[in-house]
Amino acid sequence: MLKLSELVVGEQGVIASIDCSSVAATRLMEMGMTPGCQVKLVGTAPFGDPLEIEIRGYRLSLRRSEADLVKLES
Amino acid sequence: MSVDAPARTLNVALVGNPNTGKSTLFHALSGVRQKTGNYPGVTVEKKHGSFTYQGQKVTLIDLPGTYSLAPRSPDEMVTVDVLLGRQANEAKPNAVLVIVDASNLERNLYIVSQVKELGLPMIVALNMVDIAQEKGISIDGAKLQERLEIPVVPTQANRRGGMDRLRETIVSLSGQESIEPQSPFPEEFREKVAQLNAKLQAQTPDAPRYLAERLLLDTSGYLETELLHGGHELHNWIVETRNQLAEIGQPVPAIEAISRYQWVQQSLDGIVTRETSRKVSWSDRFDQILTDKIAGTIFFILVMSLMFMAVFSNYSAGIFMGLIEDGFELLANGVNAVLPDGALKSLLTDGVIAGVGGVLVFLPQICILFFFIAILEDCGYLARAAYLMDKLFSKVGLSGKSFIPLLSSFACAIPGIMAARVIENRRDRLITILVAPLMSCSARMPVYVLLTGAFIPDEALLGFFPLQVLVMLSMYLLGILAAVGVAFILRKTILPGETPPFVMELPTYKLPSITGVFWVVVEKGWAFVKRAGTLIFAMTVIIWALSYFPRNESGVEAPFADEIAQLKQQRTGADEQQAEQIDNRLAEIQNEIDGELLRNSFLGMAGHWIEPVVKPLGWDWKIGSAAIASFPAREVIISTMGVLYNLGGEEDEESESLKDTIKNAKWHQSEENVFNIPVALSIMVFFALCAQCAATLAVIKRETNSWRWPIFTFSYMTVLAYLGALVTYQVSAFFLLS
Repeated sequence: MLKLSELVVGEQGVIASIDCSSVAATRLMEMGMTPGCQVKLVGTAPFGDPLEIEIRGYRLSLRRSEADLVKLES
Repeated sequence: MSVDAPARTLNVALVGNPNTGKSTLFHALSGVRQKTGNYPGVTVEKKHGSFTYQGQKVTLIDLPGTYSLAPRSPDEMVTVDVLLGRQANEAKPNAVLVIVDASNLERNLYIVSQVKELGLPMIVALNMVDIAQEKGISIDGAKLQERLEIPVVPTQANRRGGMDRLRETIVSLSGQESIEPQSPFPEEFREKVAQLNAKLQAQTPDAPRYLAERLLLDTSGYLETELLHGGHELHNWIVETRNQLAEIGQPVPAIEAISRYQWVQQSLDGIVTRETSRKVSWSDRFDQILTDKIAGTIFFILVMSLMFMAVFSNYSAGIFMGLIEDGFELLANGVNAVLPDGALKSLLTDGVIAGVGGVLVFLPQICILFFFIAILEDCGYLARAAYLMDKLFSKVGLSGKSFIPLLSSFACAIPGIMAARVIENRRDRLITILVAPLMSCSARMPVYVLLTGAFIPDEALLGFFPLQVLVMLSMYLLGILAAVGVAFILRKTILPGETPPFVMELPTYKLPSITGVFWVVVEKGWAFVKRAGTLIFAMTVIIWALSYFPRNESGVEAPFADEIAQLKQQRTGADEQQAEQIDNRLAEIQNEIDGELLRNSFLGMAGHWIEPVVKPLGWDWKIGSAAIASFPAREVIISTMGVLYNLGGEEDEESESLKDTIKNAKWHQSEENVFNIPVALSIMVFFALCAQCAATLAVIKRETNSWRWPIFTFSYMTVLAYLGALVTYQVSAFFLLS
C-alpha cells in the first residue's frame, strides 16, 4: 500500500488507515487526517523534509517519518 | 432578571485553534483593560480582560490557542481545568466563547465538538468571514446555528466587525447555567465512559464526566498518573475496556477523531458551499514561491537580514537607544547635582541608574524585533520559516519551532526564552531555553566593540575582509556552534527521548492587524521593562554594595591629602590655563582614590581571591573583579573596568582613554602589559559563552518553574566560558606571543 510520504508533489490520495501506535498519530488525526479524507502533497522543504500537504481545505506540514504512518488507498 | 438584584459578573473563557484571530478578538472585545500573568506551576499564560455591556460586567479569560482539548501535559491540563472550574484561583466560567476560522471550518469544529461535551453554555464566533469569501467559501450562518444548537456570530475581529452582536449574545447567556452535554461517540463507547465515570466518582467525587472520557481516550498515560495516582484496579479496567472497544471496531484513540470529524461533516453538510473549481488563491500563489526550494530560501535570507539590520542599525534602534542613554545620563546628572557625595548618591547613580539604564537601553531593539516577529507571525510567514528550518534543526534533535526563540535571542535572551512557549513539547522547549542564552545578544556587543577596537589590528584579511569584522563575526558564530553542540549533548545525555512530532499548520497568508502587532510589542516590551525594573535593580544594588563597602575613605585619601590641599590653594590664584591643569590633576587623583576604594572593597577582595583561577586565562585580578561585577548584566564590565583602571565610571565602548589605558595597563610591579591580543580574545570568548545575565536566569526560573534549570544554565555556561577562554588564551598566546 502506498504511504503518504511516497506521493509525488502535486499528487492526491485518499487516506486508508493510520498507524495508531505512535503518539504522532493522535496529533495527525486531531488535525483532520482521518480515513476516507483526501490529501494532496503540495511541496517539500528545501532539504526534502518536512512535507507540505493540503487536507480539509488547509495546509499542514509534517515530517516524512510522520507521513510514513499514513497509508493511502490504492 | 429582577431589577434590584446586583448583576453578577459573567466569566467567559475564550477557546480556539491557533491562527484564528483569537487574540485579536480578545483585544477587540476587552480593549485595553487586561491583565497578563502566569498560572503557578506551569508556563501557561493567563490573560484577563473585561467589558461592560448593557450594565452586565463580563470577564474574559483568554486560554492558549489549541487544536484539541485533550490534555497530555500539565500545560494542556490547565486549559481543561479552567473550563471545568478545577483551576484554583480561577472562577468557573459561566460560558465558553469558541473562536473558529470560517475559512477552515472542518478542522475548527473539532474543538467545538469537544467543548459541547463540557455542558457549559457556549457561543461560536465565526471569525475571518472575509478570508473565507476570498477563498470562494460561503457559509449559511443561520443554518449552522440551527444545526449546532448554539449561537453563531459572524465576526471580523481585525476590523472589529460583529463585536456588538457578539457582546450582546454573550450578555444574553447571563443566567443560563448549563447545556445538555452532547457526545458524538457511538453508543457502546458512551456506555463505557458512563461506567468509568461511576468508578472514578467513587474514587474522586469531584471528577467531571469529561475527564472520565478523556481518561479512557488518553493512551499517553498522562491522565492516569494525574487522576488515578497509580491506582492499579482502574488501570486494569481501562486497559481491558480499550481492548474490548478495539474488538468491536472502536479503537482508542482513533475513535475520537473519527467520531468527531463525522459529526463535523454531518453538521456542515449542505451549509458550506465552495465554488466548484477551487480558486487558486493569492495565498496559494505566495506559498508556492515562499516555500520553493530556491526562491523561498532566498526570500527567507532576505527577510532575516532585513530584520537584523533594523534591530542593529543606528538609524532605527540606535536613535531610540541614544535617547534612552541621554535620558539616563540626564537623570544621573540631576541626581549628582542634587545629592551630596556619599553612599546614597553612589547607590543611585552608579548602582540603580547605571544598572537599570544599562538594561533598559536594549528596549528599542527588543521592541523592533518583536514588531517584525509579530508582523511575520500575523501574516503567516513564521510558520513557513519554521517549516524551512526544520530539517536543519532536526540534525541537533530540535525542530523548526525552535528557530524563532533562538533568533529572538540575538537581540536579547529574555524575549527569546519567552518565545519558546510556542514549542509544545516540553523537552524541546527546555533544550531551546537552555541554549538560547548562548546566542550573542546585544549586551555582548559593547564588550566585543571595545576589545576588537583596542586590540585587533585595523587590517584586512586577504586584502578585503576587515579583520575586526571577522573577529566580531566569529564571536557570533562561536555562540551558535556552542548552542548546536550543547543541544546535541543535552539530547544525548540528561534530556533523552523520542523525537517529538512536527505537525504544524501552515496558515493562510493574510494582512497583519495593526492593533494585534501593537499589543504584542507592548506586552513583550512591558514584560522586559518589568524584569529590568525588579531583578536587575536588586542585583545591581547588591553588586554596588559589594563594590562600595567596606569604605575607608579617609585612609585611602590620606596619602593624597597634602597634594589636594596644595592644589586647591594654588587654584584660587591661578589663571585659566593653570586652573585647567589643576582640575585635571584633581580629577586624576579622584579617579585614583575611587580606584583604590574599589580595589579595597569586597569586590576587589574577591577579585584578588580569584586571581589564581583567572590567571591561566591571561587575566589579572582587575579583569576578574570586573567579570564578577558583571554578573547582573554583561555590559557592566566596561564601566567596572573604567573604575578599576582609574578612569571613573563613565566609560563606554568607544571611549579612547579606556582603550589607551587598558592598552598600557601593566601587571603589578612589572613592565609586562596586562592586555594583548590573546587576553582580549579570551575575554571576548568568555563573555560570548558565559551566563552573565541575572535577568535571563530569572526568566529561565520562571519559564521552567524550577531553580534547577537556571542553576544548571549558569553552571554549564560558566564552565564552557572558562574552558573556551582558557583554550583561546593558551593557543593564541602560543602562536602570537612566542
